[in-house]
Amino acid sequence: MAHIELNNDLPGIRGLMAYRPETEAPLNFLAETLLRDDNNTLSRGQRELIATYVSYLNDCFFCQNVHGAIAGHYLECNIDQIDRIKQDVKTAELDGKMKALLSIAASVQKGGKNVTIEQVEEARKNGASDVEIHDTVLIAAAFCMFNRYVDGLATWAPEDRQFYVNRAPQRALEGYQSSVYK
Amino acid sequence: MPHIDLPAEYPGIRNLFVYRPETAAPLCSLAQVLLHDPHPTLSAGDRELIASYVSNLNTCKFCTSSHSAIAKHQLGSDLTLVKQVLADPETAPISDKLKGLLKIAAKVQSGGKNVLPEDVEAARKEGATDMEIHDTVLIAAAFCMFNRYVDGLATWQPDNETFYDKMGEQRAKEGYKPTSINFTLTEELQKS
Repeated sequence: MAHIELNNDLPGIRGLMAYRPETEAPLNFLAETLLRDDNNTLSRGQRELIATYVSYLNDCFFCQNVHGAIAGHYLECNIDQIDRIKQDVKTAELDGKMKALLSIAASVQKGGKNVTIEQVEEARKNGASDVEIHDTVLIAAAFCMFNRYVDGLATWAPEDRQFYVNRAPQRALEGYQSSVYK
Repeated sequence: MPHIDLPAEYPGIRNLFVYRPETAAPLCSLAQVLLHDPHPTLSAGDRELIASYVSNLNTCKFCTSSHSAIAKHQLGSDLTLVKQVLADPETAPISDKLKGLLKIAAKVQSGGKNVLPEDVEAARKEGATDMEIHDTVLIAAAFCMFNRYVDGLATWQPDNETFYDKMGEQRAKEGYKPTSINFTLTEELQKS
C-alpha cells in the first residue's frame, strides 16, 4: 500500500502522476526528452537500456520492468536477454561503447563523484561523444530520482512481468507524455 | 576539470543548461514547480531547505551552496537557520512537522525503500499532509538527480560565498524559468 492516499489504483509512477498533475508535466517532459527524442545519436533502445540498468541497480521493480520491456521492444530482445545484460554487462553482447556508458551509469548510481576520468576516457576511446556521455550521466541521475520517487512512496507494481512486456509497444509508439491513464 | 568539453565561463548546473538546452527546459520546469511555484502549505523557504539538506547529504557543493543561499533569501535572510538545519535538523529552530519531513528526505537520499510507514506516520502526527509528504519525497529524489548530474560531469564549483549569495537572491525572486537566468553574475565571478 502506498504511504499516502493517491485516490486512484494506477501502478507505480502512474499513480503518483495522476495524484499530482503539476509535477507530472515536467517529469514526463524530462522522460520524453531523455529517452524518446529522436534528435540523439544514442538510439531509443540504448537509452532505455541505461534507464533499465540503473533501475535494476536501485532495485526498483516497477521501473526496471517498464523500461526493460521498452528496451526489449526497441532492441528486439526478450526479458531473459534483458535480464542477462542487467546482471552482467561485461559479458553481455553489447558493443564497447555501450559497455563503457553503462559503466559510467553504474558509477552515477552510486554517487556523482564516483565517475572517473578513466571511465570517461574508455567511453571516448570506444567512440562515445561528449553529448552521449552527458546524456548517459543525466539518464542515470534521472533514474536515481524516478526510482526513489516510486519506491519512496511505496507504490504498488504488478508482479506479472508479462504485464510490462504487453504495454511496451504502445508506450514506444505514443511516448511518455500520454502515459498516465493509458 | 569537467569530464566533457563544457563552456568554461559558467559554474555548476548552469554550465550544463547552456551546454544542453534540450534537457535544461524540463529540468528548469521541474525545479520551478517543486521549489518556486505557490504551494498550498509548504513555503518556498521550507522546500529550499529540503533541497539544500539533501544536497548536503550528497556532498554536492554547488547545489548545497546555491540552495542554502536561496533558502536564506526565502527565509528573511537567516543563514544561521539554514546552517543549523544542515548541521542537525533535530536541534534546529524549525517546526516538528518540518523535522519529520526532513527525516523522510534523508531516508529518500539513502534509497527509496528506506522510507518506512513509521517515518510517514511520525510526520503525519506533526501535521504533515499527504501532499507535503509526496512533495518532500519528490524534492529529495529530484536532488539525488541534480546532485549526481552536477558531480557526475565534474562541473566547475567555485568557492565564493558572494557569488552564491547574489545568485540565491536572484533565484529566490525570479524562480527557475530558463529565461530568468542572468549570466552577468558569472562575469562578476570571473573578475573576482
